[in-house]
Amino acid sequence: MDKHFGTSGGVGDEIDEVQWCFSQVKGAIDDDVADADIISTVEFNHSGELLATGDKGGRVVIFQQEPESKNQPQCRGDYNVYSTFQSHEPEFDYLKSLEIEEKINKIRWLPQKNAAHFLLSTNDKTIKLWKISERDKRPEGYNLKEDDGRYRDPNTVTTLRVPIFRPMDLMVEASPRRVYANAHTYHINSISVNSDCETYLSSDDLRINLWHLEITDRSFNIVDIKPANMEELTEVITASAFHPNQCNTFVYSSSKGAIRLCDMRMSALCDNHAKFFEEPEDPNNRSFFSEITSSISDVNFSHSGRYMMTRDYLSIKIWDLNMETRPVETYQVHEYLRSKLCSLYENDCIFDKFECCWNGNDSVVMTGSYNNFFRMFDRGYRRDVTLEASRENSKPQSVLKPRKVSSGGKRKKDEISVDSLDFNKKILHTAWHPLDNVIAVATTNNLYIFQDKLN
Amino acid sequence: MDSRVPQAFGCWPEVQDKMINPEKAEEAKLKARYPNLGNKPGGSDLLRKRLQKGQKYFDSGDYNMAKAKIKNKQLPTAAAPEKTEITGDHIPTPQDLPQRKPSLVASKLAG
Repeated sequence: MDKHFGTSGGVGDEIDEVQWCFSQVKGAIDDDVADADIISTVEFNHSGELLATGDKGGRVVIFQQEPESKNQPQCRGDYNVYSTFQSHEPEFDYLKSLEIEEKINKIRWLPQKNAAHFLLSTNDKTIKLWKISERDKRPEGYNLKEDDGRYRDPNTVTTLRVPIFRPMDLMVEASPRRVYANAHTYHINSISVNSDCETYLSSDDLRINLWHLEITDRSFNIVDIKPANMEELTEVITASAFHPNQCNTFVYSSSKGAIRLCDMRMSALCDNHAKFFEEPEDPNNRSFFSEITSSISDVNFSHSGRYMMTRDYLSIKIWDLNMETRPVETYQVHEYLRSKLCSLYENDCIFDKFECCWNGNDSVVMTGSYNNFFRMFDRGYRRDVTLEASRENSKPQSVLKPRKVSSGGKRKKDEISVDSLDFNKKILHTAWHPLDNVIAVATTNNLYIFQDKLN
Repeated sequence: MDSRVPQAFGCWPEVQDKMINPEKAEEAKLKARYPNLGNKPGGSDLLRKRLQKGQKYFDSGDYNMAKAKIKNKQLPTAAAPEKTEITGDHIPTPQDLPQRKPSLVASKLAG
């Protein structure tokens, strides 16, 4: 009888309460997690058929959903490994004597134009365009070499033949097609593909650059908030995104909790925003921690383009692009942490950067929390649920039981007290299939796939 | 003094504050532990630390040595190095430095 919710999909469908079930989990079971295995980004492609993950070791793993089997038409296909490759390697910045981590900060898929799939992956300094293509036939019958590649002795060639293509076992190849390097002095936090499918932006702490996908040796700087005197630095860029259908519009969020919307038609350098979104602060509630907890860790537009969502340490805010003065909706993710901020500051958890995502029709939003909990908020029904990604609930098709954290006082049965939360088990990265109730949730080193129960 | 606090409560305004605002209580705790903490948490010091994240190395040789040490720790079954670890007893020569090979270990997600 554990009912929670999602959405059943298309416009006009009844919004039922759906139950979320375990589907798959990827990754090692053992507790000894190598640094390199820490998942750092998760992203579905535009059809939801492919799911990409990046990790701290610079590797990308792409999963592909199997087509629905004819025997079990009501069962969605599993996600299995499609391709894996080393995207970035560690480098050494000789001028600054600092290491450039190979950790993949973001992966963004390009809309598909032909049989191949393209994605952008970035670490702190360098963005790469990868082409993932399938090869299922190969040419055989060369004149000058054998099928295994060895060269034939020309003297033994007595007849001329035309090589023909023969089928072979499917091979998925990933090759780097473009490398966009040396354009960022600071650490890249976001990349976002424009709706024009020709350009994309990349942002670091102080600057945003606009690239053309074909051109690697030049980019345009469109935002620069570096002060002439670094002592005057008060704010940095934390995330940025292009509008989903207006190719001239993008937003960037800051460490002070503000979002600026820029229109590239206004001027070449978008230092002056077109719109400025910030919720006025209640001076009575201000504390030492206020500025840190108001720092925005993720910003993304709704699929409709009418709204944007921001995530700060304790909450999710939904903004109507037509209203700059305050968000239209605010959801508390883990309000009970307010009484733990001192220790969260001491163990640096207060600086954790949580991401958030929309479901396909923008009716539900999701984000992660600690103790391997993640939260969903239904905007229409004003309901929310806390679920857990854990190996204990990993029987196929088992329904996830909602979790509850008690913030003090009387703890009911099945509730977990704030003091027993494991702050090392953080869910920072989640993704929602663009068209279906399938979600990917990354714990430290495991990837969970959940789906709603189909009857 | 907040004159709106009814005397019948019998508590100081600060305690009243903590009941209403747990954040302020946490702030008091932090200030008690670190009295020298500045008042501007988001100030340029914190931001500048954020801009330069990462460990500074002396030079690329130092960096490669550190990388090799980590690699040896993660692969305990690797053959023990014939030469003793160089930790600053003498100036290393190019022959002493372990070759840095790119990490070709596959992701466990793909396993």
